[in-house]
Amino acid sequence: MAESPSSLALASQTSSEVLIQFSDVRISFAEGEILRGVSFSAQRKETLVLLGETGSGKTLALKLAAGLLRPDSGTIDILGERVSGMSERELLGLRRKIGFVFQEGALFDSLTVGENVAYRLHEDHVNEEEIEPRVREILEFVGLGDTLDLLPSELSGGMRRRVSIARALVSRPPIVLYDSPTAGLDPITSQTIMTLILRLRDVYGVTALLATQRLQDGFGLANFHFDPATRHVRRDGAREKASLTVTRFLVLRAGKIYFEGSPEELLAANDPYLQRFLI
Amino acid sequence: MAETPLQVTQPQASSPETPSVAEVLVDAAKTNVLKVQDYSKLCLRSLTNLVTSPRYMPDTLVQMDDIGVGSLPIVLLSGFFIGAVLVLQTGAQFERFGQTMLTGDVVSIALVRELGPTITGLLVAGRCASGMASELGSMQVTEQVDAMRAMGTDPSRKLVSPRVLATLLTLPLLTTISVFVGLLGGMVASVFSLRLDATTFWERAIHVLEFSDLMQGFTKSLVFGFILATVGCYQGLNVRGGTQGVGRATTQAVVASSVMIIVADTFLTKIALFLADKVF
Repeated sequence: MAESPSSLALASQTSSEVLIQFSDVRISFAEGEILRGVSFSAQRKETLVLLGETGSGKTLALKLAAGLLRPDSGTIDILGERVSGMSERELLGLRRKIGFVFQEGALFDSLTVGENVAYRLHEDHVNEEEIEPRVREILEFVGLGDTLDLLPSELSGGMRRRVSIARALVSRPPIVLYDSPTAGLDPITSQTIMTLILRLRDVYGVTALLATQRLQDGFGLANFHFDPATRHVRRDGAREKASLTVTRFLVLRAGKIYFEGSPEELLAANDPYLQRFLI
Repeated sequence: MAETPLQVTQPQASSPETPSVAEVLVDAAKTNVLKVQDYSKLCLRSLTNLVTSPRYMPDTLVQMDDIGVGSLPIVLLSGFFIGAVLVLQTGAQFERFGQTMLTGDVVSIALVRELGPTITGLLVAGRCASGMASELGSMQVTEQVDAMRAMGTDPSRKLVSPRVLATLLTLPLLTTISVFVGLLGGMVASVFSLRLDATTFWERAIHVLEFSDLMQGFTKSLVFGFILATVGCYQGLNVRGGTQGVGRATTQAVVASSVMIIVADTFLTKIALFLADKVF
């Protein structure tokens, strides 16, 4: 993929346009109410880190944002469209503008890596001659250019996660939803995945919701950026922090938003529950 | 809630409320009505998808190969021996009255109207409904179905309709082959066991058939194909509970589709006999 220095500038342009908006969203299952009036919004090119324990509703929030589930009440607006009121047919169209990285990858196990990544392009009836170069390009971007003909079962967990990211990104959606992209991975592989997410943010300027249990994932996004000119990840200085894309934290607890704010505010919070994430 | 990492959060003790028998029955009835509703919606969608785009013809061809060509060996084997055993059983009875030449008539009508479509339907249900349930069930528990939806694909279009169409197209063909092979088996048995002339058996078997018999067999194979494909897909897409749930869905797919085929057979036979009198 072309990573020109201007890409960073493009990514760093802030915009007040709200791409994701949750308003008083509630959803219940047999075991009880899981989300209890959740409201938040994410602006264009913003990364919102959803932090919380297992079962706090992070994945649910992502699935609601993609229209894979419907809220019992409240409204969800994505790219200016009211997801919560759409029919399944309308949602199918909207979902093509959203990339979803599932926790376990959710790759189609009967298709090769190349076919997995090309799936969406085939669905969109992209010219066959255009598909292969684009698939190769995105696989090179995630560092898996030589896995085109392998089956998902022949890949490691980290590689599967990277293929999943490539599959979500191949149609260049403006919004990407990451469901615990580093869960169950070793620290080195986790770092590789987070570097990849940084590159996507800083090169393409995608708006992202990232559900995670690992605080370091969020701080990694908040404190570092990818410089396309040098092709290296760099720690942000004070000046860069002010100009680069925004990363905010949202802590979910017992189905409600327990904390919402910047990384600095999270670090400064003198709250016993939040302190547990910082240990 | 626990306030330190060392504390364990305990669910609040709630007073156990034992539901009454009536509540349990009402809940069970509601659950089953909901299942019937979901199944009916899936059936309807699988058909309406066929007349609107996008259609997945390559997937349909793959399924036709799997269901049709894949089921051919068991259909051929079972068809041949069912025809043969039918001759042995009916021939033994006809011998008592010296009417063994009627064996061809009986075997032909039984195979075309009843045994051909039903046995083929049950065999393909055992092989393919279970396969559909386990394949789609595995996709469901590994979030592949959700991934498909997240990428803007309707799973009922991509996964269900190709399987339904493939079964609708291949089961009548398999039934026809099964009936033909069954008649061959019957002919072999009648020649070697009842000492009947092969040509006589074949002529009687063919001439006794009427258009309504063929229509009855064809209609049954279509309905049975629809039942086994939709039940298999429904069970697969509604898997809950991981790999154990996949196993359960696979079993349920075979049991439910087999029972539905036998029940539907009774009603279809009654309707076909009524129409044969009135229309044909």
